[in-house]
Amino acid sequence: MSTETESIVTAEAGSRSVRQAMRQVRRDEGRKVPSSASRRKANRRETVAGYGFLLPWLIGFLGLTVGPMIFSLYLAFTKYNLFTEPEWVGLDNFVRMFTEDPNYIQSVQITLVYVLVGTPIKLAAALGVAMLLNYRDRGSGFFRSSFYAPSLIGASVSVAIVWRAMFSNDGPVDNSLSFFGIDIGGWVGNVQLVIPMMILLAVWQFGAPMVIFLAGLKQIPQELYEAAEVDGAGPWHRFRNVTIPMLSSVIFFNLLLEIINAFQVFASAYIISNGSGGPAGMTNFYTLYLYKRGFADLQMGYASAMAWVLVIAVAIIAFILFKTQRSWVHYAGENR
Amino acid sequence: MTTFEAPRVEVVENALEPTTQPRRRVKRKTVNTIIWFVALLALTAIVLYPLLWLFLSTFKPSSEFASNPGLIPENPTVDNYVKVVEGIAGTPLWRFFANSFFIAIMAVIGTLLSSALAAYAFARIRFRGVGILFAAMIGTLLLPFHVIIIPQYIMFNKLELVDTYWPLILPKFLATEAFFVFLIVQFIRNIPRDMDEAARIDGAGHLRIFFSIILPLIKPALITSAIFTFIWTWNDFLGPLLYVNSPEKYPLPIALRLYNDATSTSDYGATAAVSFLALVPILIFFIVFQRFLVAGVATQGLKG
Repeated sequence: MSTETESIVTAEAGSRSVRQAMRQVRRDEGRKVPSSASRRKANRRETVAGYGFLLPWLIGFLGLTVGPMIFSLYLAFTKYNLFTEPEWVGLDNFVRMFTEDPNYIQSVQITLVYVLVGTPIKLAAALGVAMLLNYRDRGSGFFRSSFYAPSLIGASVSVAIVWRAMFSNDGPVDNSLSFFGIDIGGWVGNVQLVIPMMILLAVWQFGAPMVIFLAGLKQIPQELYEAAEVDGAGPWHRFRNVTIPMLSSVIFFNLLLEIINAFQVFASAYIISNGSGGPAGMTNFYTLYLYKRGFADLQMGYASAMAWVLVIAVAIIAFILFKTQRSWVHYAGENR
Repeated sequence: MTTFEAPRVEVVENALEPTTQPRRRVKRKTVNTIIWFVALLALTAIVLYPLLWLFLSTFKPSSEFASNPGLIPENPTVDNYVKVVEGIAGTPLWRFFANSFFIAIMAVIGTLLSSALAAYAFARIRFRGVGILFAAMIGTLLLPFHVIIIPQYIMFNKLELVDTYWPLILPKFLATEAFFVFLIVQFIRNIPRDMDEAARIDGAGHLRIFFSIILPLIKPALITSAIFTFIWTWNDFLGPLLYVNSPEKYPLPIALRLYNDATSTSDYGATAAVSFLALVPILIFFIVFQRFLVAGVATQGLKG
């Protein structure tokens, strides 16, 4: 299951090492030995061993991922309630989504706001704190661990419950703001404040991308900063012209994974709204609405169509990011 | 953000200063370190505040929540803990913990076994089709899993496995968490091939090499995978929400939802106590294994 914390191990692996890993596998595969009878026999033995080791993964991949995806694509064009046979309805589900279902449109809107506003803030916080931690090695370990902790528990039900209590009327947040003369009441039931509250919950989990940024910052050769300084670059220029380009592959991967994760926010929205997506549908995030349609209303055809729109949207965003990376992502050791 | 940048800026000024004023430099450096330390301490206080608030709130009587949103309980009590031990919906609290532990342990065993096997094949065996399969495995990393929950549910429903733990555990034994496979693949790649080749010459097959050479060497990657699997399974909400219906089979997150729905309007204290207790195993794991979680993991992939 994809969670906020998932980004860490994946992203730290970095897109660079993904690319290298793919190349390595292809190289290994291509390393064919000249064929003679005994060689061919050895090759066959390798193939048997390979598929033998891969068997559990292969069963899972075909039976729990590829198969269900195909089935889901079929369901997207049907009406299906789990008890009667699926009924083919063509594009009706998609037409209904975009023309007859204002709840769906609202769900898309709030999810986009959450993703497009929340992710950059979270990554900016992660980068800022990573740079602060990078200033000094001694003593930074404790802080790094403390900042990372929320990423591990952020998606849990416990934290969602805490968040709701903290932002409720007369809760700690309301209370502290009143102290400064800002009297806005509870955030939970407030149509305008509930999305900012959810974004704050996401930003609070800045630790996972921060750890990845920090590892990236430590890889930047100090000479580059020294050279920039000799050329008279000020702090802003060094940040803009050394840190950002040298970190661009890490930024790219963090961005990709955080966006994909943000689209899938579920548990916290469910708990904070008691499964309703309220107030006034303002926490009815995409996956929560999908869940409600699919499992509460048993409109499994419609929910499958929604799921495929999400897959396509994520694929398009990933595609755009990969396309644009040529212009802004710099991989060390590669000529530009 | 600007406050975070400040110390950096100053350190740069430092570097530009002529070295003929060592005393001033040292003093300046100390001041910077103090600013740095205080800024981070303040940030830590903000970041950890919700957790501290939760912990201290478990000692507040429920009636105090409305009047005292602060940290310190006015009339501290352990009543909340006494009350929640009884459990909810006719099921004692320990049962939810036991269920969560069972699911998480099985998930760890399944993930480690299946991911290590698959990773070995991807990293060490040359066979036709490995490139495409590896690319497909990487592709599943980016797939929004919501696209498969409906057909998977239909499938497990047809197999009459709903309201058992099978739908939660079986996928782990089939290495569906692609990214542990990837993590271990990267780790195996860093192990020199000399030893496997020596073993091969001595006539060892892949099974022997896997069990007696590779497996002992990838222990750090296995530990990291185990910890993450445990924590994610422990936190997982959607899975059990879909598949587990009987209260006596509930893992903690779903039981917590019961508290949240049924009692939160009246009994904040109990809800806070259970919420905190549910986090304790993760926090313990975190404190014990943070070396693996933060430091070990962060550097490993990036050096590529």
